[in-house]
Amino acid sequence: MTPGSVTREIERPERFFENRFGLTSSLLERLLGSALAGRVEDADLFLEYRVNEELVLEEGAVKKASRHVSQGAGVRAQSGERTGYAHTDEVSLPSLEEAARQARAIAERAATSAIVPVKPDRRPHDLYSLAVPPVAADLSKKTALLERIDKAARAADPRVRQVIAAVSSEDQIILIATASGWTVGDVRPLTRLSITVVAEEQGRREVGTYGGGGRVPLDFFLEEERWKRFTAVATNQALLKLRAVDAPAGTLTVVLGPGWPGILLHEAVGHGLEGDFNRKKVSAFSGRMGERVASALVTVVDDGTLPNRRGSLNVDDEGTATGRNVLIEHGVLRGYMQDRLNARLMGMAPTGNGRRESFAYPPMPRMTNTFMLAGQDDPEEIIRSVPYGLYAVAFGGGQVDITNGKFVFSASEAYLIEDGKLTAPVKGATLIGNGPDVLTRVSRVGHDLKLDEGVGTCGKDGQSVPVGVGLPTIRVDGITVGGTQV
Amino acid sequence: MDELLTGLLERTRRRGASEADAYLVDERHSSVRVRLGEVETVTHARGQRLALRVFAGKASASASTSDLSRDSVERLIDEAVALARLTAPDPVAGLPEPGECAGTIPDLGLKDPVGHALTPEEKIALARQAEAAALDADPRITNSEGAEFFERQARYAYATSHGFLGAYETSSFSLTVSPVASSNGERQGDSWYTLARRRERLDPPEQVGRIAAQRALRRLGARKVKTAEVPVVFDPETAASLIRGLAGAAAGPALYRGTSFLLNRLGTPIAAPGVTLVDDGTLPGALGSRPFDGEGLPVRKTALVAGGRLDSYLLDTYSGRKLGLPSTHHALRDGAGVGVATTNLYLAPGAASPEELIGSVKSGLYVTELIGFGVNMVTGDYSRGAVGLWIENGELAYPVEEVTVAGNLLTMFQAVDGIGNDLVMRDRTSAPTVRVARMVVAGE
Repeated sequence: MTPGSVTREIERPERFFENRFGLTSSLLERLLGSALAGRVEDADLFLEYRVNEELVLEEGAVKKASRHVSQGAGVRAQSGERTGYAHTDEVSLPSLEEAARQARAIAERAATSAIVPVKPDRRPHDLYSLAVPPVAADLSKKTALLERIDKAARAADPRVRQVIAAVSSEDQIILIATASGWTVGDVRPLTRLSITVVAEEQGRREVGTYGGGGRVPLDFFLEEERWKRFTAVATNQALLKLRAVDAPAGTLTVVLGPGWPGILLHEAVGHGLEGDFNRKKVSAFSGRMGERVASALVTVVDDGTLPNRRGSLNVDDEGTATGRNVLIEHGVLRGYMQDRLNARLMGMAPTGNGRRESFAYPPMPRMTNTFMLAGQDDPEEIIRSVPYGLYAVAFGGGQVDITNGKFVFSASEAYLIEDGKLTAPVKGATLIGNGPDVLTRVSRVGHDLKLDEGVGTCGKDGQSVPVGVGLPTIRVDGITVGGTQV
Repeated sequence: MDELLTGLLERTRRRGASEADAYLVDERHSSVRVRLGEVETVTHARGQRLALRVFAGKASASASTSDLSRDSVERLIDEAVALARLTAPDPVAGLPEPGECAGTIPDLGLKDPVGHALTPEEKIALARQAEAAALDADPRITNSEGAEFFERQARYAYATSHGFLGAYETSSFSLTVSPVASSNGERQGDSWYTLARRRERLDPPEQVGRIAAQRALRRLGARKVKTAEVPVVFDPETAASLIRGLAGAAAGPALYRGTSFLLNRLGTPIAAPGVTLVDDGTLPGALGSRPFDGEGLPVRKTALVAGGRLDSYLLDTYSGRKLGLPSTHHALRDGAGVGVATTNLYLAPGAASPEELIGSVKSGLYVTELIGFGVNMVTGDYSRGAVGLWIENGELAYPVEEVTVAGNLLTMFQAVDGIGNDLVMRDRTSAPTVRVARMVVAGE
């Protein structure tokens, strides 16, 4: 068997776990039924088999290659607000029985009640069936792609000193079985190309980064010469930053470019609208449903049903089909993102946002692809409307304090706007704002909605999951820019 | 289990690898989380991972699996060898010289022989006591994100094809409390924790809860301040994040790739003369200690910065050879291969009390939390969100939020003009209070 062949034998997750581990659906049902019936309100079993592979090029050659296999099972039992969770990487009936016993122990002192049937009312989607998943693609094709990227970046400009390019691929096979007797599976391909370019001029060094991907085959990077465009963006960003001036410090008008700057939404409102924080009333948005939290120009959705997107899922990690959920409609707060536990406790419906990093963690409400719908304005006219401000097009990561709503996101490529024109590139700076307030300051929304290229990873409570964001060009009248130029 | 490693390496050699090393971690962990006095989540887990690195001549690759069945391990060998044939040869690739490996494996007391014997009820009681202390601390503590007790035990084994075999066991315990304070419609959350290798060395739950409550309460009434260039005092927690940034730039892989602002700075002054930064992996019972590094080399005590001068990088064998330097025994092994990591990293304490450092500021910011990722490791440019208290005439006057602090890590370390005497080794990276002469605080 050669690397990559393992996923080719998979047809359906049910069959996969039965063939590989002897775990039939009836066995799983019996396990959950006998172990947990009558003692808990909800219970499920999550089986996972995952292959990760990464090739890294640096100094002109692919010198690092790695491949990892992870497998395991998590058993969850719930009663009221209590969750018992046990996981094991030994996928065998005795281990699962032991895990079920441990998960159950927590619920035993709670009032007993019958299991609430939670058969999903929506069928799973089919958003990313691939003839050749990226982990199964020919390795020499991957190394050739990385070598072409290296050559293209170095050929672009003599100031390019270093190119680090990586292609990582994943295949996750899951099967979810619940105590009410249904099972659902999913096979989730994922790939990502990351390019870092270091440029140097007269002793000053700068870095540019770009990339993309999704639940797509390896050929995605070759189509439309995407790899070339990604390489050019990373290279140009590094070269441009060589002549960046200090960023201004203080409250400014900021224009955000389309695409990845949608990380603003993820941090400023997305996390604060996750069901768990609102059930516990610890979010800055708690109790504000139906209130105005943004300008009337602003509609924000979380949509896990977009084909081949990094944040999309056929079903979430509790077996609920994902949906298109409106969070903010014309400025008014309309919806939360829910998993089953928090939906049940809040008397709401699950929204297909119950996600987990792996079998080693219980699910919680998480985002999928979060973006603002397009408006009417011409993006260039939006820039022209600003007498003095910042135009930010590329960002690194962001973070939010859920309880007081303060969030940051860090610009890695930005320009000064002076008299409606883009002038000097500025050094990276963190932007800080207040989630419930920042979107009320959105005064222009462009017609150029773009989703990001497929690079986002969201961390919450120690769990990382792939996500997407998107934004049209928008103007925000007043956000604090953390530069050094007073 | 150790026969598994040596057998694996033998079979790997037979399949064409010139050298190989293997690493096995076997762990159990469990947690209990209570919220508002009620049990919320209890978890139990057991996991293991076997990682193999092979060299085929000067080309290498890594593979790992959590499935230790015979078939799976054979597949692991095949995949690693096949991957290594695909990668480009690298003249400096390879294991360290056999003579460099640790001869004896010191017992650093990293395992707690008795601490894991708690019943679930006792763990729940610890979390409850901590949360109750926070909730009872003040009527303005109105809500909670809960309290969590966590414990983990692990065994690490490492072997090389040239004969090194070592293993050690570790324990760790933590207790974290996250209360929410509210007043006049404003909500502020914060948290506090205690972390130790022996359970008896955890801070008392009541103390953890009380400090968590104080941290949330002192944020109430927070406001923005006007943009200004002022002295900035970092509390021990946030000062630790600054030295983590400096250590990140001293890491070998960042240096040979040219992505570090400490490139070509070895032996030169990079910080104020009072700055001495030490990494000591030999401290008995400490959180970052280990008897040997990720390549089997004995850990030791290293001064990264002494009297403001950069005295050492953090190197594994490969990055050392790339830079023409010996390994500093900072290799970190994980499934993906070998990287570099600090052990117990600390900024040596100075003479001033934290009160004296705050008292020395007429108008400035005392930083208690930093958020975001605004550090450019290539240039050192620094811009992060900050929470803290405004200092007026040497006194903490009122809480501040929604501001940033910005500068450049190199110029910040050169501008350190006060280091506190309050170093406590609370975590793997620790620092006393630090005063930086001037930084830009952006607000209104």
